[in-house]
Amino acid sequence: MSEIPVLKIGDCLLVSIQVDMHDRLAMELQDDLTNRIVSERARGVMIDISSLEIVDSFIGRMLNNIAAMSRVLDAVTVVVGMRPAVAITLVELGLSLTGVRTALNVDKGLALIKSIDDAGGALGRREG
Amino acid sequence: MTQGVPLVVERGETVAVRTSDDVVRVRQAVRARAIEIGFGIVDQTKLVTAASEIARNTVDYGRGGTLCIEIVREGTRRGVQLTFADNGPGIADLTVAMTDGYTTGGGLGLGLSGAKRLSNEFSIESVPGKGTKVTLARWKL
Repeated sequence: MSEIPVLKIGDCLLVSIQVDMHDRLAMELQDDLTNRIVSERARGVMIDISSLEIVDSFIGRMLNNIAAMSRVLDAVTVVVGMRPAVAITLVELGLSLTGVRTALNVDKGLALIKSIDDAGGALGRREG
Repeated sequence: MTQGVPLVVERGETVAVRTSDDVVRVRQAVRARAIEIGFGIVDQTKLVTAASEIARNTVDYGRGGTLCIEIVREGTRRGVQLTFADNGPGIADLTVAMTDGYTTGGGLGLGLSGAKRLSNEFSIESVPGKGTKVTLARWKL
C-alpha cells in the first residue's frame, strides 16, 4: 500500500494527489494502482491533481506511466482538476501528456470514463 | 541581462540540493521568494516548475549541490535569480543536453530545455569532471 489512498467509486478508482510527490511515493502509487485495477476489475482510473501547485516533468512522467500501465490493463486514465496556472506552465515546459485524458473535475472525469468504456474501453474494443 | 544596467542583489540565501526531499524544499523556498516580490500565480508556477526541473537534475545527475536564491534588481525591475551549482560529472555537450527529448537518465529530456522556456534569463556552464552551474531568473513584469 502506498501512502496515497486509492478509493473505489463504482468501477473506477480515484486517487487524489495532495502531497509533494517524491520518487519512492510515485513508484508505490504506480504499483498500488496497477494491483488495484486488477483486483477491483476497474474500468477507469481518475487522478485528481487539484491540490498540486506544480506539475514538473517528473510528475508528468508518472502520469504518463500510470496511463500506459492502465491502458494495457484495459482501464482508462483521466487526470482531473488541473489548475489553470499548471496548464499554462505544462505547455511552455513542453509536456504534452500524450495518452493521458483530462477532465475539468471528478464528475466530468467519471462521465468521460463511462463514455470511453461504452465505446469499447481503453483498448478500443468491446468485450463480449 | 540588459547591458549597462547593473544587477543588484538585494538579498540571498543558499539551500542544499542533495535529496529528493530537498527538491520539495527548493520548491517551497522559491515560491516564498516569488510571492514576496509579488509574482502572480502563473509567474510563481513557471518559476517554481523551472526550479524543480533543475533541482532534480542537480540531485540525479550532479550528485547533489546547492541552490542560491536571490532577489535581484536591475534598474527599476525586480526578479528572482536562482543559481544551481554542483560538483558532479558535468555535461560533455551542452548543445545536445539542451535539446528537447534528449536524456541520459530515462526521463523525458525536458528538464533543461523546459526550464529555459519557463525563465526570462537562462545560462548554463559546465566543465566535464568538475561540475555544472545553471543560472536562471524571472522578472516581475
